Amino acid sequence: MAQAPALPSGFELPLEPRLPRIGSVDQVAVEQRAAALATRSIKRESKLFALDLAVRMMDLTTLEGADTPGKVAALSSKALRPDPADLTVPPVAAVCVYPNMVPHALERVRGSAVKVASVATAFPSGQSPTELKVEEAARVAELGADEIDMVIDRGAFLSGHYAKVYDEVRRVKEVCGPAHLKVILETGELGTYDNVRRASLLAIAGGADFIKTSTGKIHPAATLPVTLVMLEAIRDVHEETGRKIGMKPAGGIRHAKQAVQYLVLVNETLGPEWLTPDLFRFGASSLLNDVLMQIRKQKTGAYQSPDYFTVD
Amino acid sequence: MAEVEKRQDRSPVPSAFEYAEAPESREIVRLEERYGLFLGGEWVEPRSAEFEASIAPRDEEPLAEVAYADAQDVDLAVGAARDAFANGWSDLAPSERAKYLFRIARILQERSREFAVLESLDGGKPIRESRDVDLPLSAAHFFYYAGWADKLEYAFPNRRPRPVGVAGQIIPWNFPLLMLSWKIAPALAAGNTVVLKPAETTPLTALLFADVLRQAELPPGVVNIVTGDGRAGAELVKHPDVDKIAFTGSTEVGKEIMRAVAGTGKKLTLELGGKAANIIFDDAPLDQAVEGIINGIYFNQGHVCCAGSRLFVQESVYEEVLAKLKRRMGTLRVGDPLDKNTDVGAINSSAQLERIKELVASGEEEGAEIYQPPCRLPEKGWWFPPTVFTNVAQSYRIAQEEIFGPVLSVLTFRTPDEAVEKANNTPYGLSAGVWTEKGSRILSMAQRLRAGVIWANTYNRFDPTSPFGGYKESGFGREGGLHGLGPYLELEE
Repeated sequence: MAQAPALPSGFELPLEPRLPRIGSVDQVAVEQRAAALATRSIKRESKLFALDLAVRMMDLTTLEGADTPGKVAALSSKALRPDPADLTVPPVAAVCVYPNMVPHALERVRGSAVKVASVATAFPSGQSPTELKVEEAARVAELGADEIDMVIDRGAFLSGHYAKVYDEVRRVKEVCGPAHLKVILETGELGTYDNVRRASLLAIAGGADFIKTSTGKIHPAATLPVTLVMLEAIRDVHEETGRKIGMKPAGGIRHAKQAVQYLVLVNETLGPEWLTPDLFRFGASSLLNDVLMQIRKQKTGAYQSPDYFTVD
Repeated sequence: MAEVEKRQDRSPVPSAFEYAEAPESREIVRLEERYGLFLGGEWVEPRSAEFEASIAPRDEEPLAEVAYADAQDVDLAVGAARDAFANGWSDLAPSERAKYLFRIARILQERSREFAVLESLDGGKPIRESRDVDLPLSAAHFFYYAGWADKLEYAFPNRRPRPVGVAGQIIPWNFPLLMLSWKIAPALAAGNTVVLKPAETTPLTALLFADVLRQAELPPGVVNIVTGDGRAGAELVKHPDVDKIAFTGSTEVGKEIMRAVAGTGKKLTLELGGKAANIIFDDAPLDQAVEGIINGIYFNQGHVCCAGSRLFVQESVYEEVLAKLKRRMGTLRVGDPLDKNTDVGAINSSAQLERIKELVASGEEEGAEIYQPPCRLPEKGWWFPPTVFTNVAQSYRIAQEEIFGPVLSVLTFRTPDEAVEKANNTPYGLSAGVWTEKGSRILSMAQRLRAGVIWANTYNRFDPTSPFGGYKESGFGREGGLHGLGPYLELEE
């Protein structure tokens, strides 16, 4: 994976001190489009399909200072078998944890389809020297994480040092080895959709396998319009270069209904090709139980008490 | 490889995310078998004794029998309106008039689902549009003009605004209830009484609106609803006791009306056809511009007088825009108007469908290149797929004539001057769209385009506070906003 990834058109190196024109995003119109897609009415078998897919796309996440091996073990067990009462419910895509918790998560999920993702690069702020961030990513890869969720340096981005952002992504990608790299833009700190588009293209140019909205530590986290802007960037890159980049909205997605809205957005922006855990993930900690509850409702016709779903 | 093995127990991803049918229930609408005329607050049998069925475009189901008024019926309606005007309505305190309008607005909001379903049933437009656009805007128009009713002296300082009298209003079939609201709300706010003639293919929401008027306890005769075809409209236009004619419809009929009204002293406003230019500059936010193109031409199946039916794309981004447009057209869901996921509904009438087909055939004949995304059209009913023409010359009929259907003609330009010149090169002048990131260019284009409404980085957005109307053969007079009150008032110095 040493080969430099292709740049999307519109970029000219060197990137310092600022990007050439890479197109623009109209705020009012993109919010309107996202709101219109959110009114799609998804019922019956299509709803069940979407809910099942949402489970298979979920990165079950715990990123707390209070995380312990016990907590991570419980979460990993849930990831493997989300609904003990209904074994047709598939395992989730991955568990997402801090670097220290990677071995504990691996212990539980090894041999299964569930992957282990770890955050890295001075998560959540990214405000550390580049060397340390690269080193951290390399260590996380050594620990055996399947996926690495890095953050971009928003301080560098917002001060116009795009080349630094690009360079860090590229260097982290080099040390990832076989691990997949998800690049967190922290859209809540970027301020404009134009910046979201720029950061998306920059991360993709640097070698991101996935682009991800948020750390979950900043409000607002993922929103439908932000996700739409990122999906459109992914679509433009695919049309330009053929590269398929994944998308991960994270933070603030708590209800099954929201998850279905995101899937509609993907379906109508990138098409059904992207409706796979290889190219789309949800980063969430409390979404899973609501999805399980809705699946049970779809199958039995009745809502069950939350007591029937495990709290982990 | 290990990674491949790990993935084995995953179920294969189905190839498509098919949306299950999500039909809005039509149970909420209760239709009579036949409707008479709404005159003086009562339902009366038409003197003409003539009835025709109103047909649902989605499956050609006859929905209800509707009266076709003749000269005598129109005369009775104008008489009822004159009575109501002379005996109470014009003397009513303006704040009392406002109360009726506020009441109508609130009832429309309360009954919006019922109206939305009926509008889609009778007219063929997607429920998503009737629910999210037609109904909220209709109520908003009544709310807005209710606010003006007791402030007319402030709207026209140093004048003594007086109502005109009896207004004859003739509305089209593309936005039946919304056009009714555009017409009735300012007329009543200004103190006039009304005879409304709905379009023959879409009379049902106007007839249901009569029930709203009764619920609001509007005095009898203030609004009279006379259904029928062009004959009833012609009788209304030439009736000597009508003081003002407001017409929305085709330029052809508009010219006839103008001839009929000439020399009578009747006030007249006309809102007619259009062939709007939607202009995309190379610095535009392209994905959103594509949404604007889609909304500009496929909104309400293109049955929109201000539809962006001529697309002008700067040549440097032509291929990119066209690729994005075609891709987006592929995601449009054409089908049952009552399905909540439908984007493009049924064509309003078989006559309109024939006209669309005829013009599309002329486009192919003249040498334009046609593109239609693959889509399954229902067997029953009247349908036409979203269509785009490329390689269109300014001289082709599809670039000149109003198609009033989901058909877009794409042309290119190189410089802002060329865009202005081509965009203005039409007998119409209702609306235009400009897409650019450059604020100064928006302003200079807006000054130079000969059109009544210019949208910048959006399209087909309406608001009761904003005046709407045309230049040239798109008509004259404005509806909406403060300007919309003027045609319903005598403004004495």
